[in-house]
Amino acid sequence: MKKKWLSYPYLVWMAIFIIIPSLLILFYGFTVKDEQGFRFSLQNFYRFCDPIFFSVLFKSLWLALLSTFVCLIVGYPVALILASKEYSKKTTMSMLFIIPMWMNFLLRTYAWLTLLEKHGIINSILSFFHLPTINILYTNGAVVLGMVYNFLPFMILPIYSVLMKVDNKLVEAAQDLGGNWVTVFRKVILPLSLPGVMSGLTMVFMPAVTTFVISKLLGGAQYTLIGNLIERQFLTVYDWNFGAAISIIMMIFILISIAIMSRFDEDKGGGAALW
Amino acid sequence: MSENQQIILLQDVKKSFDDSQVLNNINLYILKNEFITFLGPSGCGKTTTLRIIGGFEKPDSGDVFFEGKRINDLPPYQRKVNTVFQKYALFPHMNVYENIAFGLKIKKLDKATINKKVEEMLELVNLKGFQKRSVDSLSGGQQQRVAIARALVNQPEVLLLDEPLGALDLKLRKEMQIELKNIHKQTGITFVYVTHDQEEALTMSDTIVVMNAGSIQQIGTPQMIYNEPKNAFVADFIGESNIIEGKMIKDFTVEFANRVFECLDKDFSENEEIDAVVRPEDIKLVSEDKGMISGMVKSVTFKGVHYEMLVEGQDYVWTIHSTQMVEAGSRVGMVMNPNDIHIMKRMG
Repeated sequence: MKKKWLSYPYLVWMAIFIIIPSLLILFYGFTVKDEQGFRFSLQNFYRFCDPIFFSVLFKSLWLALLSTFVCLIVGYPVALILASKEYSKKTTMSMLFIIPMWMNFLLRTYAWLTLLEKHGIINSILSFFHLPTINILYTNGAVVLGMVYNFLPFMILPIYSVLMKVDNKLVEAAQDLGGNWVTVFRKVILPLSLPGVMSGLTMVFMPAVTTFVISKLLGGAQYTLIGNLIERQFLTVYDWNFGAAISIIMMIFILISIAIMSRFDEDKGGGAALW
Repeated sequence: MSENQQIILLQDVKKSFDDSQVLNNINLYILKNEFITFLGPSGCGKTTTLRIIGGFEKPDSGDVFFEGKRINDLPPYQRKVNTVFQKYALFPHMNVYENIAFGLKIKKLDKATINKKVEEMLELVNLKGFQKRSVDSLSGGQQQRVAIARALVNQPEVLLLDEPLGALDLKLRKEMQIELKNIHKQTGITFVYVTHDQEEALTMSDTIVVMNAGSIQQIGTPQMIYNEPKNAFVADFIGESNIIEGKMIKDFTVEFANRVFECLDKDFSENEEIDAVVRPEDIKLVSEDKGMISGMVKSVTFKGVHYEMLVEGQDYVWTIHSTQMVEAGSRVGMVMNPNDIHIMKRMG
């Protein structure tokens, strides 16, 4: 029995909040406004061809890549531990990663502000033990830290769920055939977990490259990533046409990155359908 | 039996999972080159015993010896055994060649040697030319052969097989039984086989270890196990049996079904309560007046080679296999020879 109408609310939702806005962005991006109203122009894109904007774009891509990489390095072992026999039945560990997500994203990021401040909690503790204090607030380091902190669960969870599906018999078979732990991991667990790694990479990279809240709070008011640039065009400068053009450029870069990632993801179906 | 023929020895092996005792004092030796089968219902501990030999479980107490050396703490990858897993456990991200070459690549053999060995194995399991196929595209039987090849290519001293034919249909199963037996003969490797299928065990094994509830019930050749079951469990599990409560009057004389029979068993105490076992095919049907005991045929079922008849006696319904059919409802007499009556101690 097909209940097609059940999907109508979503279709309406999608039309209003995804398709129409996308079309509007395209419209604004490819037009300029003068006395006669809107007219077609590529001027917005020419304007972006400025070394200053390019450096903002590449800084955003670079920091997002760096955060994604750190998330992978930190997240993979965590996923591995969570999926291991000892922990898979216990919820405590996974709760530790899920509970922070119950808190508002902004609040969590503000919390880092007070932790990292010059006379904040971390530095107070350091100076209490007569250790040198750190000043990473309003630097790239703080922004990367904020991104890793906020997006780490998006790396752990997809890898974890793929690892949970890897049949333990495969691990035993690899051991049986003479593989020690390193070999078993390299030749069986890692290749089978790649689909999870791929979706983890995408799920971290996308919000990281577009964020403007983390960079604004932890990078300072003058700190500019591509997200901040777009935000300013819409909310401060009121140049919607230029803002829309930058959005389009950013979307193109995201699509390219995803295309590159998914190329590594072809037909690695994991432990599915043996029959 | 000389010491050096023993390849594996289990001594007082005990194992429990979450407070439930899975293995209770397993003592067992396995001879080089034999085909030994652990047989029992599910949950009897046969797979756990196999996993202890493979190194996937550690015994709580007791010792495992391999060629005279204690190997309790040796991880699986250092043991000279290989396993064919129940659902094959082929690596889904590798093709047939890569699956079979897995162990050889770990041993860092050169490519030409690996190619040659993989080819030989594929020939042995009748899968020539399948190198490049993905394992997903294979049928159950073919996957099974790849799993066997993947284990055998490493030339293990012992091959462990955990219900390897469980997922195949009956016909394919029979074929694979013969093929496995041939592979065993050709390679001369010791096979340790786990199954719950008594027929499979009887056809393939040199030695059968019958297990139940974590203990070994009987160890012996298929003929011994079938003809001289040690207790009612074995008799019931291996083939069909008539098991009747009775008592041993004196040596060579037993009473059951309200009648005294001659038998070949002795060394029971006088009037000891026992179980008498008679195989369905060992009971001969005669006319009522010539029988030792009599009864009425309740049902007749055609089984292919023979008919299975249920005959209602005084307090017991006898199962009888015979090539001659007797109409349901008629009265018959039953005769059994002294050497077909097996006396077993009553189980506690």
